[in-house]
Amino acid sequence: MSLDKASVEAPVKDAVKDAVTDAEGEALVEVEDLTVAFGSLRAVDGLSFRLEKGAALGLVGESGSGKSTVASALLGLHRGTGAEVGGTIRVAGTDVQRASETELRRLRGARAAMVFQDPLSSLDPYYAVGDQIAEVYRVHTKASRRAARARAVDVLDRVGIPDAVRRSRSRPHEFSGGMRQRALIAMALACEPDLLIADEPTTALDVTVQAQILDLLHTLRAETGMGLLLVTHDVGVAAESVEDVLVMRHGRAVEHGPVAAVLGAPAQEYTRQLLAAVPRVDARRESGDASGSGSGSGSGSGEIVLEAVGLRREFGRGKRAFAAVDDVSLAVRRGETLGIVGESGSGKTTLGRMLVGLLEPTAGEVRYEGRVRSGAGPAVQMVFQDPVSSLNPRRSVGESIADPLRARGERDEARVRERVGELLERVGLDPAHFDRYPHEFSGGQRQRVGIGRALAAEPRVIVCDEPVSALDVTTQAQVVALLGELQRELGLALVFVAHDLAVVRQVSDRVAVMRRGRVVESGSADEVYENPRDPYTRQLLAAVPALDPAVAARRRAVRRELAPA
Amino acid sequence: MNLSGFGGFVARRVIGAIITLFAISVVIYVVFYVAPGNVAQITCGPRCSPAQVHQVAEQLRLDDPLYLRYWHFLQGVFVGHDYSTGTSVEHCPAPCLGLSYQSDQQVTELILAKLPVTGSLALGAMVLWLLIGVGTGVLSAWRRGRPTERLLTGLTLAGTATPVFVIGLILMIVVCGQLELLPFPQYVPFADDPEQWAWNLLLPWLSLALIESAKYARLTRASMLETLAEDHVRTFRAYGVGERSIIGRHALRGAVGPLIALSATDFGSMFGGAVLTETLFGLPGLGHELVEAVKVVDLPVVVGMVLVTGFFVVIANAVADVLYAVADRRVVLV
Repeated sequence: MSLDKASVEAPVKDAVKDAVTDAEGEALVEVEDLTVAFGSLRAVDGLSFRLEKGAALGLVGESGSGKSTVASALLGLHRGTGAEVGGTIRVAGTDVQRASETELRRLRGARAAMVFQDPLSSLDPYYAVGDQIAEVYRVHTKASRRAARARAVDVLDRVGIPDAVRRSRSRPHEFSGGMRQRALIAMALACEPDLLIADEPTTALDVTVQAQILDLLHTLRAETGMGLLLVTHDVGVAAESVEDVLVMRHGRAVEHGPVAAVLGAPAQEYTRQLLAAVPRVDARRESGDASGSGSGSGSGSGEIVLEAVGLRREFGRGKRAFAAVDDVSLAVRRGETLGIVGESGSGKTTLGRMLVGLLEPTAGEVRYEGRVRSGAGPAVQMVFQDPVSSLNPRRSVGESIADPLRARGERDEARVRERVGELLERVGLDPAHFDRYPHEFSGGQRQRVGIGRALAAEPRVIVCDEPVSALDVTTQAQVVALLGELQRELGLALVFVAHDLAVVRQVSDRVAVMRRGRVVESGSADEVYENPRDPYTRQLLAAVPALDPAVAARRRAVRRELAPA
Repeated sequence: MNLSGFGGFVARRVIGAIITLFAISVVIYVVFYVAPGNVAQITCGPRCSPAQVHQVAEQLRLDDPLYLRYWHFLQGVFVGHDYSTGTSVEHCPAPCLGLSYQSDQQVTELILAKLPVTGSLALGAMVLWLLIGVGTGVLSAWRRGRPTERLLTGLTLAGTATPVFVIGLILMIVVCGQLELLPFPQYVPFADDPEQWAWNLLLPWLSLALIESAKYARLTRASMLETLAEDHVRTFRAYGVGERSIIGRHALRGAVGPLIALSATDFGSMFGGAVLTETLFGLPGLGHELVEAVKVVDLPVVVGMVLVTGFFVVIANAVADVLYAVADRRVVLV
């Protein structure tokens, strides 16, 4: 990427800064006894922390820990939303709680800029990306339209958008996910802020793109000396990017200190649990964790239950036709887990759907126990990614689980209830919850319901499409453990489709790596992860954030080598 | 910018409009001219002598099979027609929609004479309703949750619920009768006296606009509130962009597409649907003419009028789609 230092020198700093007195020796961010309450819910409850100039702090926590609420509070974004904010917040010399609207606007974007999670919805779809950056720039400087536009091109170029002059005229939907996130970072850079607040900046991105964005943030910090507050649920992302980390839970600080100390030798029980739940890309499956060892059948020894032969699936017609899955052959043996890993658009979900029979292949065939299979049936079931939308909100969970039973002709209501009760218990839920509705359950519980529904058909194979990607790490670990347990007890074969390399490693006996509809590499999990043969697999593995800052630095160096010049 | 994609979209839309128009013409022709009863007698009018009825039957070629009759009708529309009246030949030039035997006029001429009236009415009313409607919508989105918004919401609701003849009558009685600010409306062609044209049309415009603008106010408000709840608005707030810019630049931009679509269709349907307003204010427009034609069952005029109205609605819809795509280029990609 081109880093033209001279081109980003801008007169903004002085223009903006004389507005607010900049006391020497003051911290960049000082938060004291911060509370944010939405009605009776205390999202943030007595949080205090400091961030020195140029330093980087990671706010780490699971969903509902209040970490994003803190980020918004730093810019006074809760004003006028009905939230009650207490305590003191000082950001770059501005008392956020007492500042007037005008003072707040002067802070936002100019001295402290925010990068949001979803880069598509965070930009206005109707305006060119360059115009949106120019607009923000003009709010804080009295620059002319032309100068602001030039500045937008500068910062876009700086964050590594190729051909920035031309691309600055594109609208957000013409950008890829990674480029949109770069554009948002460019917007943040426009006024040379002292503080960058990044709220889950890479959560919506593929792992290789995530690595690029994190590397970009790293480089920019080194060059501009700006401070970074990184909000993330991903401990690995924090370990890659910041020096200090603050672990949050229920709106409070659990543990706060240097990354190496907190992640290396956690002092608090919760931090230990959190770290134990994080799947490691370099941990062998047999290492005896809760996910269940490959015992029972032992990989590769069982007979083949499900087989794909030369599967191909096209979407679109004529010139627009493209193959989402292209000539994929693989086999799943009894009692083993086959992991299918790939980035978005690699065709892994399409492949999963064809294996279940929800989607007809354009060419090739799916064989179950040696016989060609067409359409869905009870023997091969599916667990879906999104436990919210894959359950009917208007039907009780018991009814949802009973569907496959009734579909198989069970008419005796008492037996249906009894069987559903058994299944609920089997997946770790209370059988008495038959009549409850999906919204009464947490994400992890809903995914258990989804698994129960898949089990109801008494399948031999379950295809899990991103079964844990919508869940927090501790919940993720529990669901993965449940799947392992079920596999051992019922001798199930699992196909585990996921983008998360670490989770796939944790659960799989064998792994297939997909890219652009094809399997680029497959083999036993240990083989693929420890001695990757395909350059793409190597690139993927190098992109996985490491929990150890030293390892993270090493991987960053590897990425630089692997990156096409 | 992918111009070929956009050109392709426009082409597809135009072809769609042509097919629709063709289908409309078939349906209308069949419904009116293949209706049971003595078509020639109905077309000619009740006071026609048997000889005249016979002549009409010949001119309409009632003895030909249906498809030939329709073909003949299409020929009239595209290349014109010559009607033999026994002693002389009457030429009906290109967009020939037939003859009105009851008023002894060509249908096309009849419609062309009324078109400027309805056109003036529709155009002026649209400008007004966009101004009032969008203005009200923006104001209530800006003042959301405050008394101003509630008042405006109440007013727009009242506007939607009031029939045009009530508002029109009240306006006429107060402005023309009581205050004597304006004369009672009377159509003055634009070419004769633009100032009088505007003054006379002001009340019809206003009464149509007041009713229609309620719809536009609600659409604008709803669309803006939707945009205001979106993530990108949060982005610009977090970057210190002022509320005025957020409302005027970002929130309003999202409403442009739906507004264009709605006004184009409304403008199109005004050509057949402004009957009440035209009748109330005594404006000799298309709607007024259509009512008169229906009253005396002047079949050729009714058919011509319905076709012209359909033409405007279809064209307006096509234009709306294209403008919508211009406003939001993502449409073309789908």
